[in-house]
Amino acid sequence: MTNTLHRYGKSSSFRDDFIVFCIPSAGKNDQGAVERQKAFLRICAKYEPVNMGNGNRGSFKPERHLDPRSHWTRDLSPDWEGVIAGVSKPGTVAAVFDSKEKAEACLRDVIEADLGLSVNVSTSVTGAKEVAECCGIPRHSVEYSLGFTDPHDHLPNSQVLALSTMCGHGMVSFNMARKMLDMVREGRRTTEQAVATLARFCPCGVYNPARARRLLEEARKQTA
Amino acid sequence: MLIDTNKCVACANCVPVCPMGAIYVDTTINRARINQDECVECGTCFRGMSQEHLNPTMVRTVRKLARLFRFRFEPEPDVCPTAAFVMNDLEMPRLVRQVFSDPVVEHKSTGIKGRGTEEVKTNDVNPRVDVGEVGYTIEFGRPGVGVRFRDIQEMTMSLADIGVQFEEKNPISHLMTDKSSGTLRDDILNEKILSGIVEIKTRLDQVERVLTTVEDVNRQIDTVTAVGISTRCDSEGEETHLAELLEELGYGAERAKTNMGLGRLTNMEAA
Repeated sequence: MTNTLHRYGKSSSFRDDFIVFCIPSAGKNDQGAVERQKAFLRICAKYEPVNMGNGNRGSFKPERHLDPRSHWTRDLSPDWEGVIAGVSKPGTVAAVFDSKEKAEACLRDVIEADLGLSVNVSTSVTGAKEVAECCGIPRHSVEYSLGFTDPHDHLPNSQVLALSTMCGHGMVSFNMARKMLDMVREGRRTTEQAVATLARFCPCGVYNPARARRLLEEARKQTA
Repeated sequence: MLIDTNKCVACANCVPVCPMGAIYVDTTINRARINQDECVECGTCFRGMSQEHLNPTMVRTVRKLARLFRFRFEPEPDVCPTAAFVMNDLEMPRLVRQVFSDPVVEHKSTGIKGRGTEEVKTNDVNPRVDVGEVGYTIEFGRPGVGVRFRDIQEMTMSLADIGVQFEEKNPISHLMTDKSSGTLRDDILNEKILSGIVEIKTRLDQVERVLTTVEDVNRQIDTVTAVGISTRCDSEGEETHLAELLEELGYGAERAKTNMGLGRLTNMEAA
């Protein structure tokens, strides 16, 4: 349940966006999958991911009882252990990396672990091919994104679209992405704060904070 | 989704949070309200926002004072200060909104959360698309627009007309009353969802016809579509047929989801 396929951007824009996820298939390899999913996430955590998720929560998550005094000191750091411990049933678990090298190193370790679960890499077409080649494995199947078709002009500008579509389930609204762009440009929030705010809305943990940080910085400097 | 008017302080933090733009501040009552016809029950407001549990009267007083002195009120942008959202129990047909829009809710028809599809993510253990075949995921409504089932039906009926094969294990196929005509259940046609995925499979020589049909129907329905198109690689891990065809047809594929072929049958009965 990651839907990471239709992220807005050109191939070069995915240079810091590599999502590695594993998924069991019901009736095929889902027995005992929970422990193997946890093992997958533990391997991923060793290679400095920028986000991880277990289908119910990501490593940046909203708080149910936020202390109002913590407005000035909100924790912006990811919580890997919470994500791993939260795997409770067979489903997709994912890790996001900000470089091809990290994704490759992680995948090599995953291959070595031989978990028996399907593993997918979501990034540019060429990026995923290079990761497979580097790890010495043939790709099994590939699903290409043909992008969005919008004949009625519903979609916003490219900056908003790139920030918003990093949550594949559409939980990061256009208006929220726009608000964060404005707040960063106006100096009302730091880039780090804006990135954490956006990432908290993605319950699968596939939002890429590193790419969001770059996109926000690029947008900020554009108006300077 | 409901807003408890006893708790809401009309801070408007939730207004930009809603992916459908369905929340607004009703100035006649000075509370946030949800346009229920536009709300897709995705749960973003309830689940995505952090919650404080402050006293509403105290917050309203502070806000009134700030407004009086023209102070800029600068709360954390993703916080509901009084935990005013209430996730209510839903019944059919409205329930389909939540099932298709809230990614942490599992589809009973497939056992999968999100849009409820495995696509080719598990093609290595659960073969759906073989060499020479093409799988399609035709997604409606995302990003940020939403779609009603009657518009999805326009597409499924047009696709049925050209003789495509709908994937059985797919939540929208599950709602079809007749797969040969692509018709969906009558009671859900006016329901709006954040996004839904129709999955079909054809031979390689039908790609152009399918993509042309999708584009034609998309012009008639008031939403956005995103098409994913998949195939199986050869034994060397190469895939050129579909990529070359897409390029020939003018579709530039920048991004892909790639199954690395590491899955295997491990369940006792499957092995």
